[in-house]
Amino acid sequence: MTTARMPSGALPHTAPAAPRQLVPRHSVLVRVTHWVNVLAFSLLLMSGAQIFNAHPRLYWGQYGADNDHAWLSVDSLHGAGGWRGVVHLGPLTVETTGLLGASRVNGALVPRGLPAWLTIPSYQDLAAGRHWHLFFAWLFALNGAVYLVGGALQRHFRRDLLPSLAELAPAHLVQEVVDHARLHFPKGEAARRYNVLQKLTYLGVAFVLLPLMVLTGLTMSPGLDSAFPILLDVFGGRPSARSLHFICAALLVAFVVVHLAMVLLSGVWNNLRSMITGRYAIETEGARP
Amino acid sequence: MNPNMKFRSGALTPFQSRRRWLAALAAGAGSMALAGCDRAAGDARIDATLRSAEKLTLGSQRLLLDHQPLAREYGERDLSPVFRVNGSSMPASKEYARLLQGGFVDFRLQVDGLVQRPQSLSLAQLKAMKTRSQITRHDCVEGWSAIGKWQGVPLSQVLDLAGLKPGARYVIFHCADNLGETADDSGLYYESIDLLDAYHPQTILAYGMNGRDLPVAHGAPLRLRIERQLGYKQAKYVTRIEVADAYAHLNGGKGGFWEDRGYEWYAGI
Repeated sequence: MTTARMPSGALPHTAPAAPRQLVPRHSVLVRVTHWVNVLAFSLLLMSGAQIFNAHPRLYWGQYGADNDHAWLSVDSLHGAGGWRGVVHLGPLTVETTGLLGASRVNGALVPRGLPAWLTIPSYQDLAAGRHWHLFFAWLFALNGAVYLVGGALQRHFRRDLLPSLAELAPAHLVQEVVDHARLHFPKGEAARRYNVLQKLTYLGVAFVLLPLMVLTGLTMSPGLDSAFPILLDVFGGRPSARSLHFICAALLVAFVVVHLAMVLLSGVWNNLRSMITGRYAIETEGARP
Repeated sequence: MNPNMKFRSGALTPFQSRRRWLAALAAGAGSMALAGCDRAAGDARIDATLRSAEKLTLGSQRLLLDHQPLAREYGERDLSPVFRVNGSSMPASKEYARLLQGGFVDFRLQVDGLVQRPQSLSLAQLKAMKTRSQITRHDCVEGWSAIGKWQGVPLSQVLDLAGLKPGARYVIFHCADNLGETADDSGLYYESIDLLDAYHPQTILAYGMNGRDLPVAHGAPLRLRIERQLGYKQAKYVTRIEVADAYAHLNGGKGGFWEDRGYEWYAGI
């Protein structure tokens, strides 16, 4: 919608906005794979939390069980006052009752690694969690393959995501970081393309974190470890792969939080429309009054 | 009345009200999603759809494992200092107590079903057959792993001794432990594998662990090692091997104790 269609004089207190123009932003490939990914990632995260709760301890190396040293453990302790949750991270011990190790189900504190609102199903059911996880893992991997092949064929990566050398110049990077911190987002012609921070972030997610999720996930499969023993060498063992799977998932959650914040701050409806219809509104600078 | 006044009387422009409506829709969808997840998780049709992925997993892993690659074998220095005990640690039956007291001298492994020559093998007979020793990783479905050294007779040796009849497709392992703690036999542990895994060189009936006799907590006197699948397939306290064309006639019909309780029959992932 352009402001020109507003009845003149209806909103006397608003400053006259610059004329806006809808420009093509996202291809069908990007839009479809983006939303399939939203669905798959959400359910993988929740079912992954369910699976993690079956053994909320993480190790480095070729083996790791209750008697071995865990670099991260979410412990549930029972004392006179009921259940307490404690997280051990390396040398750190953090009291986490209410969130990790012990959280409320129907008002009562119960022992569980991650809280019920984060897991699917909300109750403890490893078998069901695996059904959800392995189904959406297939959807996620096939969707990712479509994105990577389609994106290469359509030159999406080279055209839209690969930063230019000028963009990678330290001065430019610093300027972009400063602009983002001040919430100054590109306008006009500059808004037609991703800025360099977006490019680097999306490249990191699409080509590093998401493939790592798949590969570390596959390394937890004893069947695939025998078909591709190199997986065990690359990631340093099944327990290490499981730890990396968890760390990458946490980094992806951090990405989603920042991504959603940026979407909200830089114009939620414009961003949402561009990821649904493909069209993004930019202000045409030349026409400013 | 000025038509424009309508916008202000409701305090919202159509554009703003649409925003509110969308926001309410999003919030509603969010809370419904949370409540709906459990309902969806309990829905049989949704569960069946989710479980269809198991066929994809089995099919793709069969393609990748058709040439029978070995699971990674480790060195002595990689052994877990403590190999975690899981599931049953001591079968409760009187028969098992009697065999244990006698040092399993009276133990017999029954081999029957679709075989030419049913067998009843003592531990001494099994130990006299070809042996295989392997240091492998045990991967529990819960997520932990332990490395142990196993010594036993390749399952293929036992199956060849009995001779498979035409139509044989599955090898079923009947166990002495009642993990379901039922009054009848419906809670007895059992497992099943197909012939590709049964004839894998690392699939052994182990009677030794870490250089000693297999401890009771780990399945004495005889347990299955099937190294390309998860821990619940590694049946302990095996007393009888049944060769069959199907497993649907047993207990819950899903081919194993944990399979009857919702876990995948193919546990390669």
